[in-house]
Amino acid sequence: MSQVSGFRFQVANPKPETQNPKLKTQNPKHKKMEKIKVIVGLGSCGIAAGAKKVFDKIKHIQETENLEFELKKTSCIGMCYREPLVEVIDETGSFMYGEIDEDKVVEIVEKHLKENKPIKDYVVKADTFKTIDNTFIDDQVKITLRNCGYIDPENIEEYEARDGYRAIKKIAGQNVSRLDVIQTIINSGLRGRGGGGFPTGLKWKFANNNKAEDKYIICNADEGDPGAFMDRSVLEGDPHSVIEGMIIGAYAIEATGGVIYCRAEYPLAIKRLEIAIVQARKNGYLGKNILGIHGFNFDLYIKEGAGAFVCGEETALIASVEGERGMPRKRPPFPAASGLWKQPTNINNVETLANIPWIIINSANAYAKYGTEKSKGTKVFALVGKIKRSGLAEVPMGMTIRDVIFKIGGGIQNDKKFKAVQMGGPSGGCIPEHLLDTIVDYDSVNATGAIMGSGGMVVMDEDTCMIDVAKFFLDFTQKESCGKCTFCRVGTKRMLEILTRITEGEGEDGDIEKLEELAYQIKDSSLCGLGQTAPNPVLTTIKYFRHEYEAHIYDKKCPAKVCKKLLTYEVDPEKCTGCTVCAINCPTKAIDGSRKEVHFIRQDDCIQCGSCFTKCKFDAIKVY
Amino acid sequence: MRITRLNTDIIEIEQEKADLLSIDPLIEKYRNKKGNMIPILQGIQEIFGYIPRDAFDKVSDETGLELSDMYGVATFYSQFRLNPVGKHIIKVCHGTACHVQNANALTDALQDALKINDGETTEDGLFTLESVACLGCCSLAPVMMIGEETYGKLTGDKAKKIIRDIKRQEAN
Ligand code: FES
Repeated sequence: MSQVSGFRFQVANPKPETQNPKLKTQNPKHKKMEKIKVIVGLGSCGIAAGAKKVFDKIKHIQETENLEFELKKTSCIGMCYREPLVEVIDETGSFMYGEIDEDKVVEIVEKHLKENKPIKDYVVKADTFKTIDNTFIDDQVKITLRNCGYIDPENIEEYEARDGYRAIKKIAGQNVSRLDVIQTIINSGLRGRGGGGFPTGLKWKFANNNKAEDKYIICNADEGDPGAFMDRSVLEGDPHSVIEGMIIGAYAIEATGGVIYCRAEYPLAIKRLEIAIVQARKNGYLGKNILGIHGFNFDLYIKEGAGAFVCGEETALIASVEGERGMPRKRPPFPAASGLWKQPTNINNVETLANIPWIIINSANAYAKYGTEKSKGTKVFALVGKIKRSGLAEVPMGMTIRDVIFKIGGGIQNDKKFKAVQMGGPSGGCIPEHLLDTIVDYDSVNATGAIMGSGGMVVMDEDTCMIDVAKFFLDFTQKESCGKCTFCRVGTKRMLEILTRITEGEGEDGDIEKLEELAYQIKDSSLCGLGQTAPNPVLTTIKYFRHEYEAHIYDKKCPAKVCKKLLTYEVDPEKCTGCTVCAINCPTKAIDGSRKEVHFIRQDDCIQCGSCFTKCKFDAIKVY
Repeated sequence: MRITRLNTDIIEIEQEKADLLSIDPLIEKYRNKKGNMIPILQGIQEIFGYIPRDAFDKVSDETGLELSDMYGVATFYSQFRLNPVGKHIIKVCHGTACHVQNANALTDALQDALKINDGETTEDGLFTLESVACLGCCSLAPVMMIGEETYGKLTGDKAKKIIRDIKRQEAN
């Protein structure tokens, strides 16, 4: 009898031991299998890495072999660099398998599930022993991400089982007053996680102070900062925590309506939010007289953003919800006084809201225990770029950037040299190596010229050209400027032109000063945050990497060998075998030489496309 | 500025007559609702893949929304397209993480493989090549998205292969 039908046999027969001696040994294992949970991480990142295929494979095995384990899905746990992740929970604890493909899954089923022998080589995180990935996990404190990767985001019961909706129940059950809720949030020291860092409790207080028939609470889920994806991860992994945060906020400020303004680029997040809202309504967390709180009526809907970075700015976001072009307007009046449909409106970002239920349940002090004097709690960082372990890490405020990148993030890919870390996206700046011991809190990061922003950390190594990075961000902000303020609209374009010239070898003496002057003018004369911060990437790179600008302008060289127009390609006569591949591939036919002879590049005709460099198998093309 | 993203040359492309009856339910659904302009335009684009010129007129006639306002909104947000697109829309991420990991090489390779420039559609109507800022999968940079499918950790060659595979499927 095959093992497969053996399992089926046991299920059907109450006393298999007596029937087939061979089954005696299988029976206890099978019993265990019933209690085994297999959980696959199906966040956007996991799916892109192939997790859906892995899930389907497990499901297929389970169905064809009729195995009794429980197969579940969850979302991203933050270890994106190990996707696809499959967690097996048996009686001895949890085993997180990383970089799993369809073949490895078969092994896991055979060895771990059937024979109870975990395959340690594939395990990246376990309850019972340490792995090399423990340095990624050990120093993290998960508050915002407390449920991400642990629950099935499409199942409200799993959220409820992990303290979900207990905060709002606590408020309802103990008759906690609105002002007490606000005071708790003020005491916790929570500051807006979208970038501004404004104290959340105070914001609620302002909105509460303004009396009106209708008030609104908006969740800003228009995560526009390229390189940051914590909001996506929270929405995909734990949508209910955001909804509960909004409900508590709505209670505090007496809002009647809510909007989640979510990027259209996040289809999975939108789908899961939709499911969550329906479930929340069904369970009575949204609707009329919520949880018996008399007169507390609140419901919310999702508004899909149509793609405009400037909508991260509050007044632009409101215009966009109203169906207009997302152009910021002058403040005051602030949204807390006159926002959506001219009613008092409070806007919080996803990460901020996800913290709220935790604070209400665990107290303000429990939250304020983490962090520094002025920045309390934890912050989620998206570690990306040339870093070994890219993913999401939630750490207490006050950790040094060095620890985040080297301890948690594991250092630089291919053991290259660290050059800079970009924080705060297009509004932020580049932090160089000598400032790596800066701690992460709002004020310390601001002091470097960068900003905390939404928490993107893009790590750059020696192969990154800082002028190219500055140009990249300026190109972005220049395209995204709404065009309302002249300095932002025209100034960013002029700056981009200068940067482009520099990277193309046409830089002139005085360019750096011109850039600085424009930068300060744009900062001073723009209405909204986009313009006020757009020059930051240029200013910080000039401040910390001036020598690179000078190399481009005066020596016409790009030290990182990125700016193509500034490179020179030459054949190394020692290494050239005369294979003719470079000459054949050269689009301008700038390479001379016949078979078995050393080739030669005519510099006048070379357009620095680099095709000879990539095509040469003998490493015989030198670049400098 | 945002409006400069519109490529005026492309605007002149001959548009096929769109079947406008299909947008009736949409107009009904949002008629007289405040803030309805963006959802209506999004709905139209969902149906046709772009917003046909005639659809603007029809919505304007039936809802009273100003043509100029609609055009303003449609050109402001990067989501909206005013011209037909290919069957498969390739979105190459040029967010920060992807840029640092050489997303330019992907676009170069795709332009080369498809013989079109960024923002254009192939002659056979199969592919449109676009650049976007961040798809939220930055840890797998560089990333591109075709339809609903996201591909990570790409190189120029891998991207070309994906295109070849799709072409092969389409040929069958
Ligand atoms: S930067 Fe490309 S996915 Fe985020």
